[in-house]
Amino acid sequence: MMVWLLLVGVFLITTSGVFCLAVSRPPVRERIFCVQIVIGALLCVWPLTTAVAQSGLSLELDWSVPAGRFELGLDALSAVFIAPLLLVVVSGAIYGLRYWPSAEHSENAPKLGLFYGLISGAMILLLLARNSVLFLSAWEVMALSGYFLITTEDHKEDVRKAGFIYLIATHTGTLALFGLFAVINQVSGSGAFPLAGSLTGAGSSLIFLLGLLGFGMKAGLMPLHIWLPGAHAAAPSHASALLSGVMIKTGIYGLVRLTSFFAEIPAWWGWMILVLGAVSGILGVALAIAQHDIKRLLAYHSVENIGIIALGLGLALLGRSYGEPALVLLGLSGCLLHVINHGLFKSLLFMAAGSIIHAVGSRDLDHFGGLLKRQRWTGLFFLGGAVAISGLPPFNGFVSEWLIYLGVFQTLKSTSSALSVALLAAPALALIGGLALACFVKVFGVCFLGTARTEASARAHEAPPTMLWPMAALLLACSWIGLLPFSLRSILEQAVVNWSETTPTLSLGGDLAPLNMISLGGWLLLGLLGLTGWQVQRRSASAPADLGTWGCGFSFPTARMQYTASSFADSLVRLFRFGLWSHRQGGQVDGLFPKSKDFSSHTPDLVLDRGLTPTFSGLAWLFTRLRRIIQNGVAAIYLLYVVLTLVVLLTLVAY
Amino acid sequence: MISRIVLHICILLVFAPLPLGVINKTKALFAGRVGPPLLQPYYDLARLWRKGFVFSRTTTWVFLAGPVVGLVVPLLASLLIPFGGLAAPISFTGDLILFVYLFGLARFFTAAAALDTGSSFEGMGAVREVTFSCLAEPTLLFGLLVLARGAEKLTLNSLLGPQLFNQWRSDAGASLGLILVCLFVALLVENSRIPFDDPNTHLELTMIHEVMVLDHSGPAFGMILYGAAMKLMVLGGLLVRIALPFQTGSIPLDLLVFLGGMLGLAVLVGVVESTMARLRLPRVPQVLVGTTLLSVFALVLVLR
Repeated sequence: MMVWLLLVGVFLITTSGVFCLAVSRPPVRERIFCVQIVIGALLCVWPLTTAVAQSGLSLELDWSVPAGRFELGLDALSAVFIAPLLLVVVSGAIYGLRYWPSAEHSENAPKLGLFYGLISGAMILLLLARNSVLFLSAWEVMALSGYFLITTEDHKEDVRKAGFIYLIATHTGTLALFGLFAVINQVSGSGAFPLAGSLTGAGSSLIFLLGLLGFGMKAGLMPLHIWLPGAHAAAPSHASALLSGVMIKTGIYGLVRLTSFFAEIPAWWGWMILVLGAVSGILGVALAIAQHDIKRLLAYHSVENIGIIALGLGLALLGRSYGEPALVLLGLSGCLLHVINHGLFKSLLFMAAGSIIHAVGSRDLDHFGGLLKRQRWTGLFFLGGAVAISGLPPFNGFVSEWLIYLGVFQTLKSTSSALSVALLAAPALALIGGLALACFVKVFGVCFLGTARTEASARAHEAPPTMLWPMAALLLACSWIGLLPFSLRSILEQAVVNWSETTPTLSLGGDLAPLNMISLGGWLLLGLLGLTGWQVQRRSASAPADLGTWGCGFSFPTARMQYTASSFADSLVRLFRFGLWSHRQGGQVDGLFPKSKDFSSHTPDLVLDRGLTPTFSGLAWLFTRLRRIIQNGVAAIYLLYVVLTLVVLLTLVAY
Repeated sequence: MISRIVLHICILLVFAPLPLGVINKTKALFAGRVGPPLLQPYYDLARLWRKGFVFSRTTTWVFLAGPVVGLVVPLLASLLIPFGGLAAPISFTGDLILFVYLFGLARFFTAAAALDTGSSFEGMGAVREVTFSCLAEPTLLFGLLVLARGAEKLTLNSLLGPQLFNQWRSDAGASLGLILVCLFVALLVENSRIPFDDPNTHLELTMIHEVMVLDHSGPAFGMILYGAAMKLMVLGGLLVRIALPFQTGSIPLDLLVFLGGMLGLAVLVGVVESTMARLRLPRVPQVLVGTTLLSVFALVLVLR
């Protein structure tokens, strides 16, 4: 019964765009689309809560596809991924009503709606799938719908380019997944997902490496993140929210689910994920600081947050290898909670960024400024998201990072000296946190504070309520997790049990107990801030507020004198020069009365722009030359090829 | 319980500005001046509190949020840290991470408030503040990790518990010495003291924290100063406890040792400020990376 309810919900979400293609009047079409998604999501909520409260749901049906039966399952591990997905999908759909109305975007709005519903449904289905063929089908539908979301504005050159890179990346990943599931099928003997802890060593290294390539590509772990910044910048903001907040997590889900199959985890798996996580985290945030495009910047922060999630997963894997149940619990809870958290605050930030872009008409940070006066609510929501993503109390980002820290500190108690190397994850996490804070001070300061840098920014308007309410809901969810984190305790513990059946349940109880105290700390902080703020507000109400900022005696300040995004980032970018290799042009002034000078800086992507693009253009050049030599149009030479091939084949047969 | 919390907060509120007075007096002694009275920071705070606010037309409510968060955060953080024999009122596994991140919150809002003025000076200060403290943060965590290894528990209460005394006398003493030095450097950075920053000049291009609060006036500025004093006391409390790990068991006596240690720390800061010049800005990250590496050594020493 519950399963069927869930399936109806998924069906409604998936087909939300299909039915309205038939309706010709845009406003009606949009409302049908939105209502269908909301009803679909609501239908999913009930099964979700029962799945967590009880041991889970499952469904098995016969189908004519080879390799097993149509199998679905919903356990706490899947529920952790589905719950934020539903919230993001619904808020994105409502947000899109005003952000991308059909009336203004008649050429691509139907396409956007169709694929928005399709990708949402495919993602839920893939999180439910317990059969490799079903999983891969859902995976492909998701990947291709993602492509169409990214290329919504396909009349723009850079959008087409971003979509193309995404398509290459996602299919490279899918190729690895085909290999992965072929090997698993061979090992386990059927297309159904193996039970947790049922696979033994055979072929496990190959499986893990293939999984890391395929799922890591989707998740955007550092050397595999090439598609992510361009794609997330190109899509419309609510689609970016869905892609960045939810879709890349399917890669994490894949890794978590894959590692749950194995009874024993070799230690190098955990180390590898831990190292990749640290690299993604630090370089992701360093690259983010150097960006000028607000959506590109947010996309690089996804790389950073995937790094934090991978740190948690790596710790949990190490915990299983070294037999430390507390490490498993804290690492995986931190990982999963950060999955939820990142889904919430990243979507919030993308929507807030969309609201700014909507008002100012630019994505460049240096075109904004002083927006808090004109966009009070957007500014407030963005600030909340910024505090949350920087991992600061009292919001949710802090809680998950705190769990991962506790996991890291857990290795202190271990007797194994190899495990204590994992301690280095703590300062890495601290560095990531510090840099993320710097980055979001920059974004919030440059966008919302100070004075307007352009005419458009000075005339900006607040977003309509249809766009504000979804953001409010997401911020509310963020603060709910931040202030009442113990409400998620049972689902996290259940998910850890789903992931590793061997972890003794009784040792799980105490380690998450301090969540209550975190909550107390958060409320205390909020109360004290409210009280002091109210006092100060009251005392300062009558103060003069129409004076200029003091400019050291210079009384004609202009907006151009403010610190810009580039100047803010400059000192940090210089610190990371060894890893970023930014271009810097001009800027040196000389003499007493220098002429006006230009300065520009640009930070290309480390892997894509510095590594892959030059390599592949080199290869393309080489092959063009080779083809010109080999395929030269002379019939006699072609006959020579045939003869040579024949001779080689005959020789091979002879041996 | 309630009375101990009240005592804890009272000690913080009453005692916090005194070390600043001691620092100034020490500097004056070194310079051969009489210097301001020891209680001058209290008079300054009282004077600022009686004044009115002035705002620039550029600013928004974020401009006021900076001082508010800057005042509340050290107050809350102090509840997590023991003062001498007086145990921390709030204590739970992993509170040390909350302790570190609370200061991150204060930094976020102080820097945002600085950017709210739209002045390039304050932008400059904000950048330097966030840059230097993200380099100081790993040092702080390494130090806490070393302490946690000795205590085998993850609460600040037990990290700074009575086992420190034996730890100093065991093999781990060397690494405690190392992290004491590193934490002292972190304290100087976090509280914007010489050689990293100069709290007494407001408008040199080289300033960090002080240039961020340039446009704050009256009570808001008072709150910033008071918050900074409390931050010095809270972070200093960590150092004093490691440096003076004696515990007699009687709370008043332990408190006296602790407060005496705070004044000693203030004298030390004063001596450093009188005998050193401010570092050039490009040197600051190098020093911080250096202390991070030193604290890695300290950690390796206790882990081996």
